[in-house]
Amino acid sequence: MISKPEKTNIFFKRISDEMHKIGIGSLPIVAITALFIGAVTTVQTAYQLVSGLISKTVIGTIVSDSTMLELGPTITCLVLSGKVGAHIASEIGNMRISEQIDALDVMGINAPAYLALPKIIAGVIMIPLLNFIAIALSIYGGYMAGELSGILTHQEFVSGARETFKGFTLVFSTIKAFTFAFIITSVSSYQGYYTSGGALGVGESSTRAVVFSSVLVLFFDYILAEILL
Amino acid sequence: MIELKQVNKSFEGRQVLHDINAIFLSGKNNLIIGASGGGKSVMMKCMVGLERPDSGMIEFDGRNLLALEDQDLRDVRREIGMLFQGTALFDSLTVEQNIAFPLEMFSKMNPSERRDRVNFCLKRVNLENINNKYPSEISGGMKKRVGIARAIALDIKYLFCDEPNSGLDPITSRLIDELINEITHEYGITNVINSHDMKTVFDIGDHIIFLYKGQKWWEGNREDLKHAQTEIKELDQFIKASYFE
Repeated sequence: MISKPEKTNIFFKRISDEMHKIGIGSLPIVAITALFIGAVTTVQTAYQLVSGLISKTVIGTIVSDSTMLELGPTITCLVLSGKVGAHIASEIGNMRISEQIDALDVMGINAPAYLALPKIIAGVIMIPLLNFIAIALSIYGGYMAGELSGILTHQEFVSGARETFKGFTLVFSTIKAFTFAFIITSVSSYQGYYTSGGALGVGESSTRAVVFSSVLVLFFDYILAEILL
Repeated sequence: MIELKQVNKSFEGRQVLHDINAIFLSGKNNLIIGASGGGKSVMMKCMVGLERPDSGMIEFDGRNLLALEDQDLRDVRREIGMLFQGTALFDSLTVEQNIAFPLEMFSKMNPSERRDRVNFCLKRVNLENINNKYPSEISGGMKKRVGIARAIALDIKYLFCDEPNSGLDPITSRLIDELINEITHEYGITNVINSHDMKTVFDIGDHIIFLYKGQKWWEGNREDLKHAQTEIKELDQFIKASYFE
């Protein structure tokens, strides 16, 4: 798959198109998911911390840390394995069954490099950026839920979020998003490329892409936590 | 000229092509005919490099496709155009972008030269003013013509047409046959057509190869075909099955 592109300008144009599709195209679903995850985390954490001995600032700490460590990258990427992964697998799978990949092969174009590589590069650039946006919106969602429901004041939330902040948490989150992005785009491209059996096959490839990439995201979530924390 | 020498191909132990020896002539319509499952598509796929034969040689003007280095193989492939059964136009690209695709990838033309070439190719296949339409917005016959325009966008030496008339009405089929025939003779292309449409065979077939159960059963021109039909039972059955009598 890794080979010199036929035309560098076309290769970069394809990366730019894919970045737009993956990044801008996924922004609404990522934003909605992140806002609600943050809000729900605040409400549920407050529900569990019933003791008056525990400061309410802990809610801010838990929401921001859990968002950066787990909810941001993992939930975002699980959502993206459905949205982006299924799209990649069905797009490439449809090209396979309609002989469009054969047409590329006959022209002497390296089809995996032309089709999959721009998607993988675009994914590993855009998904970590989406992760940053998800983290910011999730914390904002938590903050707003706390404020609107009267669970805690904005000073308590911000103070808790800042109290235990470590730069490495954000680095770890980015490493996870980068790894998950590679898994989602490469697994989905592979499933799409090896589609067979007509329209039914495209559906099966999309399903396999979502299932395999979700399972691998969860597996590598654990591995990375073991190795890096 | 394309020459096949003792080409064999099998899938999971099932022999699909048996010792095929055949010659496809330059500037001629070379038709591969035979019943479905007879090995026509596999033979064409082997010739364009989509399948690799188990043994044998496939020579494009003396260059053995199976023994070429990567760069030489790419050079040969850029001399090949192919019209697919389902046209295989890229559905995310417009008609103009589809035809310009091989030019963008392999030529040094600037955008204005590319546009001129696209318009020339479209005019050559009797289509105009559909540059900005997507494949889903045009008819089956138009798609076939756009497929031909894309195939001839680069200066090709070899054209492969896989069932060019499939899914088309009889009138459009004849128009596509005429177009393929004109282009073949006009540019001196080695044209290989995979078909089981006997009207195509009798109208434009300069050189015909009959495949039966993965073996070359007969080879000749269309004048010989009627005579061969009386001698070869399998060929006779195949031709008679095409008639509506």
